[in-house]
Amino acid sequence: MRYRRRPTPLHATRVAVGASYCLALMAYAVLFDSPLVLAAVLVALVLAARGARSGAQLLRVLPYAGGLALTAAVLNPLFSHQGLTVIARLGHLPGFGAIDVTLEAMVFGVVAALKLFVFALAVALMGATVDPDELLRGARRVSFRSALTASLATRMWTVLERDARRLADAQRCRFDAPDPVAVSRRVRMSRGIAVVRAVATGALDRAVDVAATLELRGYAGAHHPPARPRPWSRQDLAFAAATAGLIAVAAAARAAGAGGFEAYPTVRLEAGMRELALGAAVVVVAWLPFTQRRGVEAVAP
Amino acid sequence: MSILSFDRVTYRYPDADRTALSEVSLSVEPGEFCVLAGLSASGKSTLLRAACGLVPHFHGGEFAGRAEVGGRDTRTHRPGELATVVGTVQQDPETQVVMGAVRAELAFGLENRGLGVAAVARAVEEAALALGIERLLDRAPDELSGGELQRVALGAALVGHPELVLLDEPTSQLDPVAGDELIGLLRRLNEEWGTAVVMAEHRLERCLPAADRVIALAAGRIVYDGEPGEFQRWAGRAAPALQSPAARLLSGVGLEPTVTGVKQARLALRSSGLLNETGGPGTASGGTDRGRERSGRGAAAGRILRAVARRSAPGPSPALAFRGVWHELRDGPTLLTAIDLDVRPGECVALMGRNGAGKSTLLRHAKGLVRPTRGEVRVAGPVALLVQNPGDYLVHDRVIDEASPGELERAGLDAEGDRNPRDLSGGERQRLALAVAVGPGHAPVAVCLDEPTRGMDRALKDLLAARLVAMADAGRAVLVATHDVEFAASFARRVVLLAEGRVIADGSPGEVMCGGWYFAPETARILRGEGGVLLPESGAALLRRRAADAAPEVLA
Repeated sequence: MRYRRRPTPLHATRVAVGASYCLALMAYAVLFDSPLVLAAVLVALVLAARGARSGAQLLRVLPYAGGLALTAAVLNPLFSHQGLTVIARLGHLPGFGAIDVTLEAMVFGVVAALKLFVFALAVALMGATVDPDELLRGARRVSFRSALTASLATRMWTVLERDARRLADAQRCRFDAPDPVAVSRRVRMSRGIAVVRAVATGALDRAVDVAATLELRGYAGAHHPPARPRPWSRQDLAFAAATAGLIAVAAAARAAGAGGFEAYPTVRLEAGMRELALGAAVVVVAWLPFTQRRGVEAVAP
Repeated sequence: MSILSFDRVTYRYPDADRTALSEVSLSVEPGEFCVLAGLSASGKSTLLRAACGLVPHFHGGEFAGRAEVGGRDTRTHRPGELATVVGTVQQDPETQVVMGAVRAELAFGLENRGLGVAAVARAVEEAALALGIERLLDRAPDELSGGELQRVALGAALVGHPELVLLDEPTSQLDPVAGDELIGLLRRLNEEWGTAVVMAEHRLERCLPAADRVIALAAGRIVYDGEPGEFQRWAGRAAPALQSPAARLLSGVGLEPTVTGVKQARLALRSSGLLNETGGPGTASGGTDRGRERSGRGAAAGRILRAVARRSAPGPSPALAFRGVWHELRDGPTLLTAIDLDVRPGECVALMGRNGAGKSTLLRHAKGLVRPTRGEVRVAGPVALLVQNPGDYLVHDRVIDEASPGELERAGLDAEGDRNPRDLSGGERQRLALAVAVGPGHAPVAVCLDEPTRGMDRALKDLLAARLVAMADAGRAVLVATHDVEFAASFARRVVLLAEGRVIADGSPGEVMCGGWYFAPETARILRGEGGVLLPESGAALLRRRAADAAPEVLA
């Protein structure tokens, strides 16, 4: 997941506001268990990704987010002992006792998977649309060294990624490169260990080089970066209002008891007009700031 | 006051057997443009590190003597404090970029100094405009080419208007066009901003015309310190490997070699009556390099016909054959466009072109690391590929574990068996990597090398060229991607020029390299491609013959 500056309202927003907007969507995944609300947040995220022209980047996260969600969905019914409606008895497992799969545990697993999925997509949206340099710059004003370490880790990741690709290619170019089919597992393993050691040593060299660059750029005696006062753009205002709106809707829903969901002991889902209104409000409020396209700067291709 | 002064500086890296700098004394005045010359491991990089404070603060070791930058003692001021006076650009631009966008990268050093927002923004814009990277400001470093990344690193060094800029082989990863642009840019900054420049470089012919002074090092000691023209004369006597092709050409015809570039060399030849004023490829006979074809202002059609003739000509079947090879990235650019190319056993081919022209991709196809999206690559047997960084091949703790004793002997490394590959010199490491890539017994039909001369001095390049020619003579097809025109001229029997993934020229070195400017070696530029001559020794032979034919007294 890499940040790319694009001419969209969310990219044009100051990082504090853009990050808050994404965090508000993440908060829904944490606060609400109702599949209806989570589905609404999922729709809001898809629309936001489309509005921010970051759909492709979110698609790349799907296998990981989906895998994580699937794991939760599969494991919960196997290891949860709650729920009254048994739909399968799988016998006894040493250390775990009776493995009875209940309908409630299955439903809870699916809901937990949905929460994880929504949360992961909101994180991905933030990664794709919020400038990490600006975010870290803001963080440097609070905790300089932690932010710089995070910044370096971000940079080192891409450098080491390239190094690893290069090293892997070089290993394939050795005259004695093992044939993946013919060679024994032991030989493959010893070769793999040698390569891992080489990567680790290379990473150390790279880290030393980057550290030297930091020395030369004055990191050791660095000051906290100055604040950058800048007038609020219409995108800043729109996304700040949307963030406030999302928070207000969530608070009102919680206060009114809307979006209720219980998996145990039996499944109970509230799906009345309040929940439909809540879902619709989330989608509309999250989408509205994307209509503010005036002044969205163009960037070089 | 000198902007940089060393007083008897001696330095030894931790755990090193010998000193990297010995009793070095020098001073650089504001506005000077100095070139550091020397063979590999002569102490150039260490001197630059001592000048920016990385030695001794970052590297540790034993330091004696006194080094001052802008009046600040480097022992009592850390590199970050010196950064207000000195900007540093190291060899590998990849590790000199620490932020996620170019704008943030340029601003980083200034923000560390606590400059105000407006001052930072203005300095970033000005530096970007001066270096021509304003279009890159909002792009991520991993989207940039090597040349662009080097410019960004230079911008980050210059953004604070330092009085001194230190550069360690800044053109080693750049194509000839980008390299010349960078030198021109440094000269402009030097003249307009008065920035003193100290630059370590192996390709001296590229930077001597811009230099005011040359400092040569050998085994950590200064062995020459003076003006560039006189340096050429000194190098002719004491260190021939450091002499530029122009100086070698003039020496070869008995003229004073005190020239720093093409213009001065032509003036010297003209005043001696040796210059063929009509110039142009093919205007003189004889003087060819190793039997190369005589050059003509080869029309594209002629080259195409020759290329077709080469493909249809009877002879050994190709070791490597590219047939309509395309490489198109999903959601990205086309890296190779319908490449048709045959390389036969015994051919020694230089693959040239700008950064991003598709040279490395073509070699990766030859080895089978990637598959064409259209077309096919046919190989007559195993192909060996040496990628840009030879260290990537070496994963064991001892040299003997990397290759068989026989291979080590052939690579001249049989005495190094117990050493760690990481402790070998650059040239030794490359020979070992080549041995690991080629392997014993079943020799590959083709050997491909990708930018093999990075960080090499001329002596090592000559050795490598001799090895490549020997491999070709042994019946292997040799294909080398290189930016180094002098190196290409020294080994190639055929040159293929790529641009934007297409073959735009394919012919003998005389044909391809003589008519142009950027992809022509210095000798060809001085003689304007006369006789298809590329190397100074052949050029001198041509001039001597002409002088002897025309007026024997000219050389007397």
